[in-house]
Amino acid sequence: MTATRKKLVLVGNGMAGVWAIEHLLKLAPEAYEITIFGSEPHPNYNRIMLSSVLAGGANMDEIIINDLEWYRSHNITLYIGQTVTAIDTDKRVIYSDKGIETEYDELILATGSHPFMLPLPGADKKGVIAFRDIKDCEIMQETAKSYRKAVVIGGGLLGLEAARGLLHLGMEVSVVHINEYIMERQLDQPASIMLRKELEDQGMKFLLNKQSEAILGQKRVKSLLFADGSTVEADLIVMAVGIKPNIKLAQKSGITINRGIVVNDYMETNIPGISAVGECAEHRGIAYGLVAPLYEQGAVLAKRLAGVVTEGYAGSVTSTKLKVSGVNVFSAGQFTEPENSRALRFQDEIDGVYKKLVIQNDKLIGAVLFGDTNDGAQLFSMIKKGENIKGREKELLLGISADAFSAGQGNRLEEMADDEIICGCNGVSKGRIAEAIQSEGCTSVGQIKACTKASASCGGCKPLVEGLLQLYAGDAVVTVKEGICGCTPLGRDEIVSEIKRMELKTVKEVMNVLEWNVEEGCSKCRPSLNYYLGMLWPEEYVDEKESRFTNERYHANIQKDGTYSVVPRIYGGVTSPAALKKIAEVAEKFDVPMVKFTGGQRIDLLGVKKEDLPKMWEELDMPSGHAYGKTLRTVKTCVGSTFCRFGTQDAIGMGIRLEKEFERLTAPAKVKLAVSGCPRNCAEATIKDFGVVAIDGGWELHIGGNGGVHVRATDLLCVVKTDDEVVEWASAFLQYYRESAGWNERTAAWVERVGVDSVKKALENREDRLALQERIQKTLSLTTDPWKQIVNEPELRKNFEPITQPETV
Amino acid sequence: MNKMLVGKVTDIDLLGSRTFRVNDTDIALFRLSDGEVLAVENKCPHKGGALSEGMVCGSKVHCPLHDWRIDLHSGAVQEPDTGCVPTFNVEIDPDNGSIYVTI
Ligand SMILES: Cc1cc2nc3c(=O)[nH]c(=O)nc-3n(C[C@H](O)[C@H](O)[C@H](O)COP(=O)(O)OP(=O)(O)OC[C@H]3O[C@@H](n4cnc5c(N)ncnc54)[C@H](O)[C@@H]3O)c2cc1C
Ligand code: SF4
Ligand code: FES
Repeated sequence: MTATRKKLVLVGNGMAGVWAIEHLLKLAPEAYEITIFGSEPHPNYNRIMLSSVLAGGANMDEIIINDLEWYRSHNITLYIGQTVTAIDTDKRVIYSDKGIETEYDELILATGSHPFMLPLPGADKKGVIAFRDIKDCEIMQETAKSYRKAVVIGGGLLGLEAARGLLHLGMEVSVVHINEYIMERQLDQPASIMLRKELEDQGMKFLLNKQSEAILGQKRVKSLLFADGSTVEADLIVMAVGIKPNIKLAQKSGITINRGIVVNDYMETNIPGISAVGECAEHRGIAYGLVAPLYEQGAVLAKRLAGVVTEGYAGSVTSTKLKVSGVNVFSAGQFTEPENSRALRFQDEIDGVYKKLVIQNDKLIGAVLFGDTNDGAQLFSMIKKGENIKGREKELLLGISADAFSAGQGNRLEEMADDEIICGCNGVSKGRIAEAIQSEGCTSVGQIKACTKASASCGGCKPLVEGLLQLYAGDAVVTVKEGICGCTPLGRDEIVSEIKRMELKTVKEVMNVLEWNVEEGCSKCRPSLNYYLGMLWPEEYVDEKESRFTNERYHANIQKDGTYSVVPRIYGGVTSPAALKKIAEVAEKFDVPMVKFTGGQRIDLLGVKKEDLPKMWEELDMPSGHAYGKTLRTVKTCVGSTFCRFGTQDAIGMGIRLEKEFERLTAPAKVKLAVSGCPRNCAEATIKDFGVVAIDGGWELHIGGNGGVHVRATDLLCVVKTDDEVVEWASAFLQYYRESAGWNERTAAWVERVGVDSVKKALENREDRLALQERIQKTLSLTTDPWKQIVNEPELRKNFEPITQPETV
Repeated sequence: MNKMLVGKVTDIDLLGSRTFRVNDTDIALFRLSDGEVLAVENKCPHKGGALSEGMVCGSKVHCPLHDWRIDLHSGAVQEPDTGCVPTFNVEIDPDNGSIYVTI
């Protein structure tokens, strides 16, 4: 068998080349013996997701497309960290920089591009980089740890995504652009200005109309000098001014090149047996810099190599989206108005929406959308199809209504070739989606997403996926109402009211009566139901520990290596020498690898083995700090009037009182409190779920703050005079939150959703407050300390230990 | 192939899990709501999460670290993720509830 296989060598282990190989393996799995060379020391990864990695939306290892196991299981010989340096086109052999020689029958060049580095004096200094690969990303992440000032040269797509990422990493970022308008290659002026304002609001600074002249500094960059004599300080300079196809190897080997490696419609170069694909290739005069074209090219190449008939590649119309959170920008086709074209524009500066359509001979040839990009995928598909839109222009501009669209869409999608890419981010073709619907039984967008990853990244292709669903599934389409998870179409409110109405008392009962479509639910609905039932029936409901997450089941936080952490409760952050000694002794006795102060004023013992947990709790003999659950976490305090010269009230006393009042409270999500002794607010009470700030003769009560991913300052709920009133309002607020929020919904999100005014209104009557307080007190009176309980009950304790030592029989 | 006595059915809570170790391999035993006991290697193919700590729903377990779902009968990782966990044959003595696992 193997003897008959032809040898295929791929140079460039990037998105285009490996995509072509993947396609080839589907069409002709046995045809070739495949070898891949890649300069980068990584398996094939999704380069476009580097922006998300920088901006905190993805992990470095989540962006791997094909892991090493994939290469192994397809018998692909992979040389990573090796660059191919020469090709002998007569003998059909390639040579790598580490001395590997490999023969080929077919050779694919997929060497991608090089970032273009401005040849400025000083461009070789430390801290001057591009934005192209994992290494660049790592340098940015590393630099952000010890330096503050970043300058990005280039206000295009890539530059702005780099700048956004650096902002996320906590740097001060200035974007230098040579033109007056950013992203001028994708946007017209009004859209460009709106975009700039939006990014300025996010904290980005812009230096427009600036020509860079030199990079100053000693070894490391210090500043950037402009032609007009001005400078800007910089610890890091990222150049994102363009890319140039990487043609060095081809050029040396006598392959015809222009800007890129010249290929015909079948991705063949002028030399027999050598093809090129991706950013390094130039087809009909164009070298593309986006992934959608390279998916199309790769499909054609794979077909040719597999001996499958193909019409060849005829070039691509491209569209762009900016991957910056909170900003929606879309641009496709010819958005500057060429001669003989007419444009329609819509601008709404109140909601920040701008749309422009460019029309020529009754056909849509280009579009720019800002703010509302929902119609992007549809418009793009019309541009590609070149269909006549006469009479529908205004409708298209103002928003594609479902009716206006259903007429044209069906047959447009129907006519689309099977290998046309629907989801550009994940390279999912129309054919793959059709297969998921027709043979794998997908009947909703959610299922298609789960099955194929289409629409799982930027979501721009969702309308097309919906269209395909209509087309292939027809009546079988389940227009799934978005339920709390995939197991039910019911939302939180419906579920809670049904539980009340029918007095359902166990998770199983709820799932049966409300017709769950997955046996025993999933890791989302099970804990939700467990919470709702416990909240509604505090006295009767028996908590189901098997429906709780690991952390809440083991009353400790699971860490990435499978160990746990132990955090005893320290009321109001006040401890004693004796308690500290006890903690220290236990930490020593159990060899705790790390002892750390938490942000919530207590002590975290990290790296504890699961089987040691009950023993440690027993020796500590302190209440659980509940640092792991959807419960009250800490009440942070400042020293207040007890010691501070500014303090007006006893913040410590109030903090301890609140913590004792609400410890062990279960809630939809974790709840953090803080008490500050004066408006200087040293306890940071205004980013807590419930914050108390002392004023002269009273307390301000604040709600709905958060210091996590989306920082949110609290809203003022009211001002009260006495300590008892603080407790009364806190009780009422927390109980109201428990009764109305969705599981896993923090107070910040909940307050935003229902509105502060509605919360104020619900709490304004004293009678209502007292009723809420009574309910929360009932619930609290039924709680016990989980650590003590586990320590004392062998039936619970056994789960922390391995089952008996196995014996061979 | 070794057949081992590892404990009694009642040692495992319903929808719960217990573990044991054989030659450096951690094995997790699960007891489903219908009483069936299943054994898989206690290591998620994603990043090695301890499956024994996960939530059991039907015959699938959700990994505690990043919520991958694994079928406990076949060991197959559920879509859209891919991979497989080794499974082990389990026999239960109907008289006394002893659990035997073949490794
Ligand atoms: C941060 C960022 C964000 C992006 N966002 C988007 C987006 O949102 N949408 C979009 O459509 N596109 C986006 N792009 C562009 C997209 O990533 C590229 O178009 C695509 O990766 C090109 O694929 P390729 O295979 O041609 O090149 P690459 O993915 O660059 O692969 C080429 C590989 O070949 C290797 N190589 C080169 N020469 C040799 C040699 N002689 N021997 C061995 N190996 C060699 C290189 O090291 C490289 O790993 C983005 C790019 C970046 C950098
Ligand atoms: S908040 Fe006021 S009382 Fe508390 S420590 Fe700061 S200055 Fe002192
Ligand atoms: S380790 Fe199991 S899902 Fe990540």
